Amino acid sequence: MKHFRSSTLAAAVALTLGGLFAPAQAETLVVGTTQVPRHFNGAIQSGIATFMASSQIFASPLRYDGNWNPQPYLAKSWDVSDDGLSVTLHLVEGATFHDGEPITSEDVKFSIMTIKANHPFQTMLAPVVDVETPDPLTAVIKLEKPHPALLLAMSPALMPIIPEHIYGEGDIQQNPANLAPVGSGPFKFVEYKQGEYYKLAKNEDFFLDGLPKMDEVIVQIIGDSANLVLATERGDIDMVPFMSGIRDVQRLEKADNVEVSDAGYDAVGALNWIAFNTKKAPFDNPAVRQAIGYAINKDFILQRLLGGVAKDSTGPITGTSPLATDDVEKYAFDLEKATSLLDEAGLTPDGNGIRLSATIDYIPGSPEIGRNVVEYMRTQLKQVGIELEVRTAPDFPTWAQRIANYDFDMTQDSVYNWGDPVIGVDRTYISSNIRKGVIWSNTQQYSNARVDELLAAAAIETDQTKRAELYKEFQQIVVADAPILYINEVPFYTAYKKGLTHLPDTIWGAVSPWDQVEWSE
Amino acid sequence: MPPLVKKLASAIGLLLAVVVLNFLLIQLAPGDPVSVIVGEMGGASEDLIAQMRAEYGLDKPVWLQLLIYVGKICTGDFGFSYYFKQPVLNLILQRLPATILLVVSALVLAVVIGTLMGIFSAKKPKGILSHFVTIFSLVGYAAPVFWTGLMLLILFASIIPMFPVSGMMNVRGNDTWYGAVLDVLHHLVLPAVTLASIYIATYSRLSRASMLDVLGSDYIRTARAKGLNERRVVFGHALRNGLIPVVTMIGLQFGQLFAGAVLVETVFNWPGLGRLAFESILRRDYPTLLAILFFSAILVMVANILTDLAYGRIDPRIGGPRRKKAKPRAAGATQ
Repeated sequence: MKHFRSSTLAAAVALTLGGLFAPAQAETLVVGTTQVPRHFNGAIQSGIATFMASSQIFASPLRYDGNWNPQPYLAKSWDVSDDGLSVTLHLVEGATFHDGEPITSEDVKFSIMTIKANHPFQTMLAPVVDVETPDPLTAVIKLEKPHPALLLAMSPALMPIIPEHIYGEGDIQQNPANLAPVGSGPFKFVEYKQGEYYKLAKNEDFFLDGLPKMDEVIVQIIGDSANLVLATERGDIDMVPFMSGIRDVQRLEKADNVEVSDAGYDAVGALNWIAFNTKKAPFDNPAVRQAIGYAINKDFILQRLLGGVAKDSTGPITGTSPLATDDVEKYAFDLEKATSLLDEAGLTPDGNGIRLSATIDYIPGSPEIGRNVVEYMRTQLKQVGIELEVRTAPDFPTWAQRIANYDFDMTQDSVYNWGDPVIGVDRTYISSNIRKGVIWSNTQQYSNARVDELLAAAAIETDQTKRAELYKEFQQIVVADAPILYINEVPFYTAYKKGLTHLPDTIWGAVSPWDQVEWSE
Repeated sequence: MPPLVKKLASAIGLLLAVVVLNFLLIQLAPGDPVSVIVGEMGGASEDLIAQMRAEYGLDKPVWLQLLIYVGKICTGDFGFSYYFKQPVLNLILQRLPATILLVVSALVLAVVIGTLMGIFSAKKPKGILSHFVTIFSLVGYAAPVFWTGLMLLILFASIIPMFPVSGMMNVRGNDTWYGAVLDVLHHLVLPAVTLASIYIATYSRLSRASMLDVLGSDYIRTARAKGLNERRVVFGHALRNGLIPVVTMIGLQFGQLFAGAVLVETVFNWPGLGRLAFESILRRDYPTLLAILFFSAILVMVANILTDLAYGRIDPRIGGPRRKKAKPRAAGATQ
């Protein structure tokens, strides 16, 4: 009886409080994220937190579908010259910024030159020399050499068109409009409560008719992913993009009112890998690196540690990219082969069966793909006489400091492709990018003249088939040389409330416009 | 030198020491804000990195950075957040009210509940309530505050979804001002109870011991002998003296309460200074972190001054000008 009373009381209190605080009905989309944006200007800042907001607030020349095909956006059409040295954009007529000012080719020029000068992805627009503006609706991008990556670089996340009359004065890094942006995308910026949420409202004058569908978008920042999952289960949050926690995904898959989808995100292409310091003995010997590759049971990692949620990764280019190849060494689990390679490398076991001792680091913050994988490796590699010491870093700066200054033997790392190899892949392998102190440069200090040649040729090859051939050879060499052992593609999922449709499932996932997202009837 | 001026001078000296020590401690942590910013950007060129270091003044020697910083603090300039790209003072002022609300609510809860528990258990030291208070105190004191928070979250936000999971307000908004006030209170319950839990334990133990001591003293026996009812004896006579250790503890523990707020704010996503401090540490955002520590030091000092003042109110034997008039023992005995 007592139990009945207390549960009835609890239910009554819950109902009362629930009714009291029931959210108002509106075409509102509440998006949950753990990421805190520094600011909202994607022209000068990279990273998911900024890209996600920037893609809603700013429009770009092109956007992409789910199959890597460019689609018109602010540019209703575009032409690439035969020599590949100029790209002409024809802008839509009547498009305006959120403050009512018309968007002209001068704004396109200003945006492209600003991005070239300020964006951290320096290779993205490096070949651009100038942008000509013969009339207000035509912009001609001039290149010093052909640049096939340019079309992908014109995606919403990477090339927001920013108004020159707002961002043209003074130092753009200090421009107050970075935190109160004015763009021309489907949603207008309303307010940002630092670290809590930002609100966006429907752009009634959006240049695409009938879009966006939502009246209001609120992005709520919940730092802890477990809280975010709890809030989503309760129905407080409508959509959670970029979910990568294995247990979080598995938990939400079981929730009654929530759907989970891995559609989209192909271009983001986040890979989880183990990198070697290739200048440090014995890891300067490819045979040792390959031996470790054969000694790891990737199937165990994928199925047991990562619960079958993450896809296998076999090379430097994300599997769904049109430039990826499957025709590479797979490092199938083979302890005998690993042992014989170590023998060949002259690493024979001592009295305790130890052939070599080394350290392994991991990025703090993603225990499932980081700590768990390296802990598994520590145990697993004992079987071939390799003793690993796992070094824990308390936070990102500590880890970054070690890796960027080559103070490591092996490390787990997650690095993103960002669409085209020129933007996100070359940096890891090209020898001119061995730059001490710079994280996510070629911190492996890997150097192979043929790889440099292939990457330079592929960067300017406009024929897609020939380009894919060049990248195929690159992938085969890099996988065989094994400066990096590829473990898995970091799974990105979108969790969303049942009834929500037309989710952002293009190759850019949630860093593309959410203009079509709507509630079904 | 007048006592007030002396106090102020020592406070300023203490603040300066806090600033210098914090500045130097932060320098010991590996990495700097630029490495974090570059990390989140996905990498950057050496030129951009050098430009950022120069822009933030990180290319200068540490002693010069310290001098510049102290100079700026003296003019009331707390600098510009490297990471959040806003004046630090804006950030702090945005977050301060939430922390004050949380800390004060937790403090009031802890003092009221803790003291009442202490009083009632002191009245019957061998009764069931007294044992309950002892056990509750032990558990409350031993449980880490973030664990308590997580347990309350699971229980009251997930299994019985009575309270919200995170934040300070429903982001979807409220139609009326009183709706907004109720909404904040609704969000406040779990974090405030969590933060209060450890201090309820402290105050209940403390007030229990203190009240046991006071209730056995002569003047209480006198009060009872006069025929006063028990309520007046306990609340009118004994409580005033019994509260002194509690008040001392409030002053002493104010700093710890702030430290607890960092954890509670992180668990409940409460948008206060504590969470900002946590985020600033992870991002090596020196100006923000230093300013938070500076403001915390000021708040702790203010709390200590208020505690001193409260002594005077509770116990006339303590406190400057009154000391001459009050007769030590007799004051207590005649209450």
